[in-house]
Amino acid sequence: MKVTLRVNGQTVEAEGVWPGASLLTMLRDDLELPGSKNACEQGECGSCSVLMDGELVCACLVQAGQAEGRDIRTVEGLSGEGDGDVGDVQQAFLDAGGVQCGFCTPGFIMAVDHLLSHEPAPSDETTREALSGNLCRCTGYEKILDAVRLAAERRADGSAVATTGGAQR
Amino acid sequence: MTDVTSTDATTTPWTTIPSPNQPFAPAHPAQPHRGVPGGVGTSARRPDGIPKVKGEFAYSSDLWAEGMLHGATVRSPHPYARIVSIDTSVAKSMDGVRAVLVADDVPGAKVYGMEHDDQPVLAWDVVRYHGESVAIVAAEDPETARRAADAVVVSYQELDPIVDPEFAISGDAPELHEGTGNITRHVKIRHGEQDVSAPVVVTGRYEMGMQDQAFLGPESGMVLPGVDGGVDIFVATQWMHVDRGQVAKCLGLPEDQVRITLAGVGGAFGAREDLSMQVHASMLALHTNRPVRMVYSREESFFGHVHRHPAWMEYEHGATEEGDLVYVKVRVLLDGGAYTSSSTAVAGNAGRFSIGPYECPNATIDSIVAYTNNPPCGAMRGFGAVQVALGHEAQMDKLAAKLGMDPVDLRIRNAMSQGSVMPTGQVVHNPAPVRELLEAVRDAPHRELPVVGERDVIDIRQLPGGAANSTHGEDVRRGVGYGVGFKNVGFAEGFDDYSTARVTLSRGAEGPIVSVHHAASEVGQGLVTICMQIARTELPVGPAIVLPADTQVGSAGSSSASRQTYMTGGAVKQSCELVRSELLDRAAGHVGVARAGLRLADDGTIRNAADGILLDDVTELLSTPIEIEREFRHRETFPMDPERGQGDADVQFAFAAHRAVVDVDAGLGIVRVLDMATAQDVGKAMNPQQLEGQIEGGTSHGVGLALMEEIQVVGGKVRNPSFTDYLIPTVLDMPTVQMTIMELGDPEAPYGVRGVGEPPSISSTPAIAAAVRDATGVAITRVPIRPDDIVFGA
Ligand code: FES
Ligand code: FES
Repeated sequence: MKVTLRVNGQTVEAEGVWPGASLLTMLRDDLELPGSKNACEQGECGSCSVLMDGELVCACLVQAGQAEGRDIRTVEGLSGEGDGDVGDVQQAFLDAGGVQCGFCTPGFIMAVDHLLSHEPAPSDETTREALSGNLCRCTGYEKILDAVRLAAERRADGSAVATTGGAQR
Repeated sequence: MTDVTSTDATTTPWTTIPSPNQPFAPAHPAQPHRGVPGGVGTSARRPDGIPKVKGEFAYSSDLWAEGMLHGATVRSPHPYARIVSIDTSVAKSMDGVRAVLVADDVPGAKVYGMEHDDQPVLAWDVVRYHGESVAIVAAEDPETARRAADAVVVSYQELDPIVDPEFAISGDAPELHEGTGNITRHVKIRHGEQDVSAPVVVTGRYEMGMQDQAFLGPESGMVLPGVDGGVDIFVATQWMHVDRGQVAKCLGLPEDQVRITLAGVGGAFGAREDLSMQVHASMLALHTNRPVRMVYSREESFFGHVHRHPAWMEYEHGATEEGDLVYVKVRVLLDGGAYTSSSTAVAGNAGRFSIGPYECPNATIDSIVAYTNNPPCGAMRGFGAVQVALGHEAQMDKLAAKLGMDPVDLRIRNAMSQGSVMPTGQVVHNPAPVRELLEAVRDAPHRELPVVGERDVIDIRQLPGGAANSTHGEDVRRGVGYGVGFKNVGFAEGFDDYSTARVTLSRGAEGPIVSVHHAASEVGQGLVTICMQIARTELPVGPAIVLPADTQVGSAGSSSASRQTYMTGGAVKQSCELVRSELLDRAAGHVGVARAGLRLADDGTIRNAADGILLDDVTELLSTPIEIEREFRHRETFPMDPERGQGDADVQFAFAAHRAVVDVDAGLGIVRVLDMATAQDVGKAMNPQQLEGQIEGGTSHGVGLALMEEIQVVGGKVRNPSFTDYLIPTVLDMPTVQMTIMELGDPEAPYGVRGVGEPPSISSTPAIAAAVRDATGVAITRVPIRPDDIVFGA
């Protein structure tokens, strides 16, 4: 089947999508955007988190066809081409040491970006609640919480790095 | 090139507690390296961090090749059955299916293994565990491959599975592997007197369930058929050279026709030591002469790798009235499942570390691992030491209670220290700061914690059950518990453990450049950062890069046993030193001065004996590159003798302690971990930020094992192969970990390092079990602790 949607600000057409495919499979296999990860395909791990019309969803739980006409934002949309051209949440993950194997990282970054755009100064309890759908097996989460605190602080005092993504929305 | 050497890390404050008294003064200066930006001791950034946050890092499940096929595996639904027939005709006739292969199609050896070649590439005749591979399929798209796998008709004659390891080794059970009596290994350690008595005796039986590594990046990879008839394999693995040996044997190829490159690894924790899809995808690629990609689903992943051995442990501790250990008797029974994997080494560790980091003059230790029809078990973070830590720590608490002593005081009274003797007779030559670690966690500040018992005064999200709103504080009880543990770093028992590094100093477009090439697996732990830091420290003449890991360089050994910073770090350091020596030779020749007294300064200049600058730019010395490849070995170890288990089996020991504070809803049996304090001796903090991440992550594995993680195996069948039913800690389950880092230094190790990855997973679980006991008064003899154990426990 054919699906037309907006991904990271561009209108794209995915042709020959298997009708049973999820949005995650379509992004990864048909649209060549493998940044969103598949670690369970059951909505349990959050590795596939993307924004659909501004809402955080597990792309593995959305049918590819349901994305018709929708606006999708993936981790690839938070940064630019250049090596150092990363979004503020991405930079915070780098600075805080929130990345180990990194498999959970794109999903967490989408979830944190979404959280901070709604709640610029979340308490730890709120952050934990908001990120409880994202699994990380490597970090024990503390450095990810540090990344959230750091990104929130930088947004608050205006020191967030220039970004092509989240901070400017 | 990416500047990956920034050091302005936003780390939390870094504490190093000074050595408390003389005998523990660093045997090796812990900070020999001053001020090389991005060098050893700094929180240098990960070189792979930017691609990882941008979603550009190529994991093994992200690979793509022109014309590639997709593989799928047919697996046994039974734990034990005879294969009567396999009918592949329907599957083969399906549109888009390019190959369906069975055991007869394996070109070389039909079995493989890390320790014994006993695991079939594809089962024939019998299957011995639920999920065993029986056939493989390649098709034009993943969905067709899956459907074709479903269309392979295997007819089985079910057999009675042997699921109880005690029965398996009783002599009454049929043998799963001929001539073994279903005993994979029986480790006997006899230390001191065997018939001693003591005035105070405590006994206990303890049990640990089957934990899964549950890395997030599933088993996956891509194989390209080579023009020479060989294969190019891109895979997430922990030890590519041992993979290569096994793959080559099974394919009937010489090793040099099996070329392996590390693809991006989404976590490992032991689960990638054994082969998964390597041989299967290679067979399909050779058969079809097309690239083949295989990616396991989460469900398949639970069947695609070994797990942590479940354990049943019987302990008897004898002590004096004053609390000095007189003897310990231990029997550990491990369920190794259907095939050997690394069971024999796990049993060795479970035996050697079974009494914990304590001095005890007499010990009788039996560590037995059995074959059963349960899933195969093998390596997981902590490797044998995790199981027994539950037992030895519970026993110390029980003994303390019987003696009316404080549990930390009792531990300190018996704590091992430098010069202590292991049950194997091995003398612990290097610092063993067990007392200091226990004191550090005991004295760690208590965080401000929610007030128990006052209704509605706190955020319910801080209570057991959290937002599930299962309590407002009534029936919530607080407890505090301690655990300490240790294990070996590096491979033991006489294994020839080495790593290889090739270091090249050459002239790049913008000046000298150092490149490091090794075959060690970066699995997330940050080894690439450490190697880069070492290169910068030892050769501060230009940027350092770490090349992709592949088999074009010698073996680095496994990314396991907390060994890579020691071993591959040591190899990189050694090769860098030889490159530096050659550079100084060239400088002496170039300027025409004596070589003696020349050195390479931290600012990249070459200085003479009087510290004057001889050369401020080494570029002109590099008209030809300097390249050194060498193997690095640690001190030799020795086997344990089979009757008494005596021998210097280990290279290095690593220690950690934890204090856990928990709240327990005693009515519902729900536990919340409020605080974890830990202390660990790391020898040298190579990269403080990464080190903290290892300790926090390792502690989370211990929290999971204590409270939620268990593969449910019923009648040999795995009942919960999903993240819906196999639970790992979320951010709601993990408290902040406060830590004390000691850098006592091992003089035999590069920079004095001590392996850091595993110790946090060893002492965290028993500390939580102790805290739950303290809160509830329930014995808690099994982990993971189930709500029923608390509510209906004695
Ligand atoms: S892959 Fe979508 S939630 Fe796990
Ligand atoms: S960094 Fe490995 S799963 Fe989060």
